[in-house]
Order: sequence, then structure tokens, then C-alpha cells
Amino acid sequence: MNFPFLSVITFTPLVAALIVLMLPADRKNEARVTALAAAAFTTLLALYLYFGYDVSAGGYQFVEHWQWVPQLGITYHMGVDGFSLPMVLLTALVLLTGVMISWRIEDRAREFMAFFLILAVGVFGVFAALDLFLFFFLLEIAVFPKFLMIVIWGWPKTREYGGMKLTLYLFIASVVALLGVLAMYVQSGSKSFDLLALAQAQFPVDFQRVWFPVVFFGFCIMGAIFPFHSWAPDGHVAAPTAISMMLAGVEMKIGMYAALRLGIALMPEGAKFWAPVIVLFGLVNVVYAAYIALIQTDFKYIIGFSSVSHMGLVMIGFATLSTEGLVGAGLQMFSHGIMTALFFSIVGMVYDRAHTRMLPELGGLAKKMPWAAIGFMIGGFTSMGMPGFSGFVAEIPIYMGIWKGRALALDGMPAWFAGLAGQAWFFPLVAIISVISIVITAAYILLAVQRVFFGNLPAQFDHGEHAVGDVAALDKVAMAVLCGLMILVGVYPAIMYPLVYAGLQPVLQLLGVQ
Amino acid sequence: MTIEPFAPVHLLAVLPEILLVVLAGVLITADLALPAARKRELGLYAAVGFGLVLGVTLLVTLPTVSGGLIFGGMLRHDLIAFAFRVLFLFAGVVTALIAVDSPTIGKEGEFFLVLTAAVLGMNLMAAAADLIMLYVAIEMTSIGLYALAGFLRENDKSAESGLKYFLFGAFTSSLMLYGFSLLYGFTGQTNLYNLAAALTGLPLEASLLALLLVLVGFGFKVSMVPFHFWAPDVYEGAPTPVTAFLSVASKAAGFAVLIRFLLAAFPGIESIWTTLIAVIAALTMTIGNVIALTQKNIKRLLAYSSIAQAGYMLMGLAALSANGVSAILYYLGMYTLTNLVAFGVIVLVGRVTGSDEIADYAGLSRRSPGLALALLVAFLSLGGIPPLAGFFGKFYLFTSVMQSGLVWLAIVGLVNAIISLYYYLIVLKVVYLGTPKDEAAVYPVPRPYQLALWACALGVIFVGAVIGPWVNIAAAAAGGLF
Repeated sequence: MNFPFLSVITFTPLVAALIVLMLPADRKNEARVTALAAAAFTTLLALYLYFGYDVSAGGYQFVEHWQWVPQLGITYHMGVDGFSLPMVLLTALVLLTGVMISWRIEDRAREFMAFFLILAVGVFGVFAALDLFLFFFLLEIAVFPKFLMIVIWGWPKTREYGGMKLTLYLFIASVVALLGVLAMYVQSGSKSFDLLALAQAQFPVDFQRVWFPVVFFGFCIMGAIFPFHSWAPDGHVAAPTAISMMLAGVEMKIGMYAALRLGIALMPEGAKFWAPVIVLFGLVNVVYAAYIALIQTDFKYIIGFSSVSHMGLVMIGFATLSTEGLVGAGLQMFSHGIMTALFFSIVGMVYDRAHTRMLPELGGLAKKMPWAAIGFMIGGFTSMGMPGFSGFVAEIPIYMGIWKGRALALDGMPAWFAGLAGQAWFFPLVAIISVISIVITAAYILLAVQRVFFGNLPAQFDHGEHAVGDVAALDKVAMAVLCGLMILVGVYPAIMYPLVYAGLQPVLQLLGVQ
Repeated sequence: MTIEPFAPVHLLAVLPEILLVVLAGVLITADLALPAARKRELGLYAAVGFGLVLGVTLLVTLPTVSGGLIFGGMLRHDLIAFAFRVLFLFAGVVTALIAVDSPTIGKEGEFFLVLTAAVLGMNLMAAAADLIMLYVAIEMTSIGLYALAGFLRENDKSAESGLKYFLFGAFTSSLMLYGFSLLYGFTGQTNLYNLAAALTGLPLEASLLALLLVLVGFGFKVSMVPFHFWAPDVYEGAPTPVTAFLSVASKAAGFAVLIRFLLAAFPGIESIWTTLIAVIAALTMTIGNVIALTQKNIKRLLAYSSIAQAGYMLMGLAALSANGVSAILYYLGMYTLTNLVAFGVIVLVGRVTGSDEIADYAGLSRRSPGLALALLVAFLSLGGIPPLAGFFGKFYLFTSVMQSGLVWLAIVGLVNAIISLYYYLIVLKVVYLGTPKDEAAVYPVPRPYQLALWACALGVIFVGAVIGPWVNIAAAAAGGLF
């Protein structure tokens, strides 16, 4: 038996949370240090796994397998492959930087750190789970910390509304997907919730066509697919900074991760059938959300809608069912996770110091907080897909995949739709439209940069009692880590590309692409 | 199924019931003998007594899986009766513990006496295999519960609660009795396990009429739609420990007879009653959950929530499989633990604030983090959030329903899970976000409570995370019925 790395990563935050909760309420610094230590420890372990994974061997590694509820075929089965490992690393990084960013929270700091750690337990576990019961078990653990954290520490104006909306939408998403998973369990007849056993099940084509959308679109709600996207900006804006980072950076990725792992990988025929529909929904996400971001005046809402827009690219990438599209989407999930965590942390820093997020009231903050300004610009370049940043590495393959993409099974679709999606120009047109969205992205990012960080610094921020100070040292560390990663992956994509490619290999084989 | 001739060893099978009668005697004597200053100990005696009987039950009455008909076919000594017995006795222990320091009922010997009688009746309900025995057991339980609900004579709400419960109960019970008499009239049999064979030759309408009448009585016990109207008023008015007991033990007893009766007596019209139960399940959970959304009083909220929970469990019966019944048993077990935690908190908060309004729970987390945490555990478990037991309970039920091909019912159930999470979260929001009205209020937690609350709360987590053994027990018990 090998060392249970994944269980240790998953449950270290839980142990830390229990320790933190047992501290006296006024020992805030001890609580923060414990949380930071746990986060750093998981990050180191995640890095160890990331570089310890044998790419040439592929498949699931660091596997742990125990009986749990044998009567129903439920096991405690964990393992990671090239597709989930970057997500584990992403979670660890967002946890680490989230703890750093939250250092200055004073109201019930002990509970904040404990709940944040418990939230991380669920997120880590979801990426490592290879048993679908275990998957949902860990997924739902996150329900109460995210609800309570938004409601208690969120933005007072919308926290009750935003917290409830976000929690219910995410719960609905998981419940819809659960229905599909139960259908697969019953259909497979193998009496097992094991992902590997279900992958062998060879579901009939008709079954796949009926149940694929239930699983896939169910999880896509978690990834904020149009028209079920409104929870994301509302929820992220209402949440405290660290939770926005975790929810936008990682939780939305869970949706897309599961949509691939439980949807496309288990029901490839269903995916071929529904791919053109996914493409259209994803396209609406990309373009529509980018336009909405363009007209926002609240700094945080801009980032919230930009997340929705970028997640649309992941959906389209999946729907191309091609090597380029899938690998690009996998990279985009990591890249966007880091980028959006950085954005939300900077928005939080600005709000903490200026006490407003409205663009017309801000300006010239680069003078006061140069680190934040530089960090935001680096994030912005990534967001626009500039070469040299991780966004470019991720988005270019997606566009290539779309251009090459073809619908693989259109029989059974309504005739008009099959006629539309079957045209040779359908996918290139989608590619062109989604590339145009980069222009809109550039517009809203540059507008935000200009209005927040450049221009005239309002007098009350310059001096007097409302003067804005520079960001704290830990904030700088957090930003440096996130920015460094985006540049590293952008300049040296080989650090991640082979891993993701290896992870997606089995799916591509199922789809008949390779 | 043959009736075993009497053997002295059969007395062991009813040893828990015999001991409960002894306990009742002890409680009366103690009530008379103890000076007023020491009356508080009555509840502790009752709790310890139930605990001892529980221990004896676990040690000596474990039946063989198939189970045999004993005492001339009056009782069936099988695993499912055993499982329910354990459940009732456990509920008795916790109810006695949370009633101990109650200013209104804590020192009343009659209260604990009637509670003992009700537990005795429930034990017999779960084991009864004969129409006569079943009716006597049901009435023994019900009359005791009517008295408990109306125990506070000076309190108008409690008196109203007792009277309403009695009127509704008597009415449905008489319809059920009419159903029993029809069954006897049609078949000449009173043993449940002989009814099925005797009913096969008869016209469908005969079975159907008897089924519907019997269902009225059982439906009242489990508070299924449309026989649920009593629940909110009775739950609200009854002393809170009684409400706790009603919501778990009485409901479980109803399920015990419902499951046994339908499976034993009506296999001939299975397809009809499973459809009927499926529709009723869908209605019960939807109506319970939707009306719960608008409640301002926490006891009424839990009343509607318990109606909805009954709806979930009925799904397992509609699935008509060993897995379905096993899921019901697991669910009942976890629901008992969970609801006892919830009501335990409500008793304590109600004693300090003098109110059961949800608004008065504002800021509970600042005043008493422990109680807030216990309420969090209870409500999230009811909402079906892991690692608490409610998650696997729902998961198991939905799995069994899907296995039986009732996809529509699973969808209705999942939609209901979403609705219910909303109102559970609303309460938790008030608890964690609101500002307390009275910053200085202290919530003393007496020792018996701490024991009961923490045992149940940890039990909720334990049952929800270490699932295998519990499913084993439930599956073995359910297996005896198929």
C-alpha cells in the first residue's frame, strides 16, 4: 500500500479546521497561522504529486481503494490523472492565496478560516474521487460552508440574496446530475458506482442520447452555462474575497471537470449527438457575457461576468470533441482558475482600501497600489489571450479545435438543426464569432484598468482619513504566486500540456479521435 | 407461514415488553414514594429504564432472519420488529432525557408512565401479525399519545392539540377498524400472513376497498397526504418533548405496520397499491415542503418538514423491493436521530426565549455556538447534506426508486430536496446572521440534555459517514419481508 497522498491532501484541511475551531475565539492569529500552514502543506503535496505523476505511464495514479458500502457497490476510490492533477494543484494554490488574502478579516476570524478549510476539503476530494458516490458526497460537503460564508462575511447589500441564489443553483446542478448518474448506475447493471466500472458499461446509444444532457448540462449549470449563469456574478459579487476566488476559480471548474469526466467520458455517443447544441450554448456564454461585462460599472461584476464568458470557451472546447479543443479546454480551466482568483483578490484589495467598487468613483490607484495594478494587467493580458501568458496557450488550441470541429452524429436531430450544424461553415463561423469575443474582452479589461488604476486619483483617496494605502506583504506574495504561474505556463506550456494531453487520451480514444 | 406452538423460549421474545410493564410499575411507585423535591429524578429513572430495556433487547431478543409467528400467530418475531423496537426504545431514552428538566412536565410521574405505555404499544405494533393484535397495539399507542399531546391542561394550545389529535385519530382509526372487519368478513382470517392467500379468490373491489380503509388509519399515523392536517396543530401545541417523540417514534411505528401490512396482506394487488403509494408519496413530499416554505413557527416548520420526510420514505415502499424497504429503515433511523437533535435544541431555546418563532432564533450562534452547531447538524441532515446521515438516506431512497424504474418519482423527490434545502437554509441564516434580541440571554444546557444532544448529533455524523454496518442491518431486516 502506497502512502495515501490524495486522502492526506483532502483531509488535511479538515483536521486543520477542527483544530482551528477548538482554539479560543480570540486567538485569531493562531487560527490564521494554522490555516496557512495547512494550505502550504497541501500545496507542497500537490506540487509533489504534480511532478511525481508518471506522464508516460498515464492513467490513474496514486490510487487508493477501500470498501465503503459494499451492498450498493460504493467504494472509497481515489486517484488522479493528467486531467485532474492540474485541478488539484489549482485548488491548493487558490486555498493558499485565499488564506493569505483573508489575513485581515477580524469578524469571527476563527470560523472564517475553519469554514474556508472545510470548503477546500470538498473541492480537493471531488477532483480525486473515482467513485461517483464519493464524488457527490464530497461535492455536497461544500454546500454549507459556502452558504454560511457568503451570508456571514459577504457584501452586506446582496449577501443574503446572492448566497442563497448561488447555493441553490449549485445544489440544483448537482441534483440534476445525480439523477443522470443514478440512471447510469441502474442501466449498467454492474451494481457499482465506480467510475472505472461505469466506463466499461457500454451504454446503449439511445440511453446515452437521453441521459447525456441530464448529466452534462446539470454540471454545466455549475460552470454557469447560459441561461443558468446569473448565479455566478451575483454569487461571486456577494461573497467575501477568498470565497469569490474559490468559487469562481475552482468551483466552476468542478462543473466542467465533471461534465467531461461523468458526461462525455461515460457517454461519448451522447456527446457526439449533443455537441452542436453545446457549441451554441457555449457561444452565447462567450459573447453575451462579454458584452454584459462591458457595460458593468461595478468592478467586481465585470470580473464575475468575465468568468462566465471564459467558461463558455471551455464548453465550446469540450464540444469540439477534438484533441485540440479538449486539451485547450483543460488548460483553460487551470489558466482561468488562476487568473480569476487573481482578479477577485485584486478587486477585494481595492474594495478593502477604497470602500467602493464603482468605476466612476475610482481612478489613479496605480499610484497608491502599484503591485495591484501590475497584477491586474498581467491577469488582463492572460484574459485577452496575449502570447506569453497562459490564456494564449489555452485559447489558441480551442479556436483551432473549433475551426476543425465537426458534428459527429446528427441523425435524430430536428432537420433544420441538422442542416445548420451539418454545414461546412458552421464550426468556422462559431470560431470566428468566438474569436471576436477577444476584442470585447480586451475592451472591458482595458476600460477597467484605465478607470481603476489610471486617470485622476480622487482627492479623498490621496490624503485625509480615506486615503488609500498600499497592499499588504502577504497580498503581494499571493499576487506574485498567481502572476508567476500564468507567465510560467504561458512561456513554458510544456510544463502542463503533456500532462493534460495524457489525461485526456482515454476520452479521445472513446470519441474515436485518436 | 406456520404458527409455532408455544415454547417457553418465546417469552424471551417479548421480554422487552414485559420489562416495560415492570418499568411502568416502578415509575408509578416512584412517583408516589418520592418527595416533591426529588421528583426530578423520575425522568432519569425513565431514561435509565428505557436504556436498560434497550440493552436487554439488543442482548437477548435478536431473532433469526426469517422470523416465526408466535403466541398463536399474534406476533411475528422477526428482524424488522427487532429493528423498530430498538428505534422506539432509543427514542424513549432521548425523549425522557429532554423532558427531565422541563418546568411543565419534568416532575409529572404520569407523563413518564404514559410514555412507557406508548413505547410498549409501539413495540407491539411493529411485531403484530394479527388484525386483533394490531388494532389493540395501535390503540394502546394512540390513546397514550393523545394524552401526552394534551398533557398541559391549563395551556389552551396543548389542550387543543390533544383534542384535535384525538378526534382525528379516533375518526381514522374507526375507518381502519372497518377495513379490518371487511378483511375478516371477506376471508374469515385475522392473521396477516393468511390474508393474502384468502384474498386471491375474491373480486378485486373487495381487496381494494379494504386496502383504502386500512390505508386511512396508517396514513394518519405516518402523516401522509391527505391525512396530514392534524400534524402542524398537534406538533405546535403539544409539549415539545412530546412533539419530538410524536415526530419520530409515532411515525416510525406507522411505517412499521404500513410496510408489514401492505407486503403481507396485499401482494395480489401490488401493482395498484404501489402506484397509489407512489402518487401519495409525490403529493406528500410536495405539499409538505411547499407549505413549510411559509412557516414562521419552528415547530410548525418541522411538522411540515416531517410530512415531507414521510413522503420521501413512502417512495421506498412504492419501489417495492428489498432495497426500497431497507432504504426506509435506514432513513427512519437517521431521521430519528436527526429530529431528536432538532427538537432538543428547540426545547432549550423555547425555555429561554419562551417562544418558538423562527425570528427569535436570530443570533443564536453568538449566544450559544454549541446549540447553533447542533441545529446546523440537524437541519443540514434533514436537507440531505453530507457527511450527515440525511445525505445517504436520500441517496439510498433515490437509488432504490430508480432501480424500480420510477424515474418520475425520483425527479419529484429531487425537486423536493431542492425546495426543502431552501427553508432549512433560511432558518440557519437567521441563526447565524441575525442579531440577538437579548444580548445577555444565556442558554443553560443541563447535563441530561448535553448527553442526549451530543450523542444524537455525533450519531448523525457517524451513521452518515460509516454507512456499511447500518445498511447491513437494514437490508437484513428488509430481507425478511420479501
